[in-house]
Amino acid sequence: MGFVPVNGFTLVLVLAAAFAAVLAQSAFDLTRWLCGAQLNLLPALMVYAALTCELPVLVAVALFGGLLFDSLSANPLGTMTVALFLPAWVIYLQRGLILRELTFARLVLGLAATGATPVIAMLILLSAREELVLGWFSLWQWAVLTLLGGLLTPLLMTALDATRNALSYQRVAENSFRSDRQIRRGRN
Amino acid sequence: MKRAQIIAPIVVLLLAVAAFNLPGQAVTRFKLAVSSVFVPFFSLNNAAQRTLPRAVDALTPRAELIRQNAKLRDENDQLRIAAWQSADALRENARLRAQLAWQQRTAWQVKPARVISRDPANWWRTVQIDLGSRDGVRTNAPVLTPEGLVGRVTAVGLTRSQIVLLGDPNCRVAAVVENERRDTGILMNASPLDADLVELNFLARNADVKPGQAVSTSGLGEVFPKGIPVGTVVDARPVEFGLYTQVRVKLAANLGGLEEVWVLFR
Repeated sequence: MGFVPVNGFTLVLVLAAAFAAVLAQSAFDLTRWLCGAQLNLLPALMVYAALTCELPVLVAVALFGGLLFDSLSANPLGTMTVALFLPAWVIYLQRGLILRELTFARLVLGLAATGATPVIAMLILLSAREELVLGWFSLWQWAVLTLLGGLLTPLLMTALDATRNALSYQRVAENSFRSDRQIRRGRN
Repeated sequence: MKRAQIIAPIVVLLLAVAAFNLPGQAVTRFKLAVSSVFVPFFSLNNAAQRTLPRAVDALTPRAELIRQNAKLRDENDQLRIAAWQSADALRENARLRAQLAWQQRTAWQVKPARVISRDPANWWRTVQIDLGSRDGVRTNAPVLTPEGLVGRVTAVGLTRSQIVLLGDPNCRVAAVVENERRDTGILMNASPLDADLVELNFLARNADVKPGQAVSTSGLGEVFPKGIPVGTVVDARPVEFGLYTQVRVKLAANLGGLEEVWVLFR
């Protein structure tokens, strides 16, 4: 698809996806029940925004998603905004070198972003002297979270691309034919 | 690197730092206001979750319903007798307190609430319920289930409140082991591995604690009333070079499957 200039539709689509992700995380706890860890889809969404959209959309998604997440959580406001933005910003800076259409590239980026986000959030919280529920089992939670987030990133990106394609204007197929440049043959 | 690529992280960091340093009360109000956009969706989710049990109820045979009804009638009769006896004991207690000039205990009232969401982060143990200041909920109000204590209210909005659950480091409860010595300690952290297992710390080094003994709130600190069941002792071990005893307590309430809770009011 290439890089998409900031437009209202892309912004609304990504923000709606962020809203749905936070809603799903707080309303459904299937993965918490099955694996002991709650899934976080926001880093996967940030990967999508970093690879597809421009910087203002990336900032908007980090602010909006982080704000929603922190509002439903006991996190101090702003924690998840930074934790979501930093990995996505690094991806954004290097996105010219990333083959974003490859599923493997999406998987690796998803793993990296989903793994880095809770680590950054916890570093921020521990720096602020917050007492967290941490132990050896937290490593298991982190591994499950990272793996699931990584696996879901290609799926999420494909779904968002498909939604955007279905609901936005189709790209006009370019044709190299120009009537004014044709060699006119004939006697006259 | 373009200028926008440098400015963007600076803007995000500045906004985050500003949000981080907002006053506590303002943050609570702001968070509850922002999260209120989710309320219709949580209500929808709750309604959908209730639909399946209702459908199952509709399919229950009439004979089974009659049998359950008879059983509930028996239980109701027994509870009514127990309530009469309790009321009599309460009257006697109040009369004796008056004779001894002791301060009267404030009566607690309970209000049922539904759990509408869980903390999306793995490092906190909080839930939100559908009662708020409009319903009389105040900060630090104890929250429990019929099985035992669950936690306390930490933030109150107009129609919703945030509950910090037992095992979260921000929910410390003074508790007593129901043994002859009445050993007291403080319920603190829980392992992330088992949400229903919490640590009871700072018991005396010679505490006489055995597995299976009941643990309840001690009433010290005046946040939680005395005598609310918390759980049972799993094991005990000396810690900090034998300075005090640490006990693991299996909680009576199932914190992993909370759906409905009771909030206590004075």
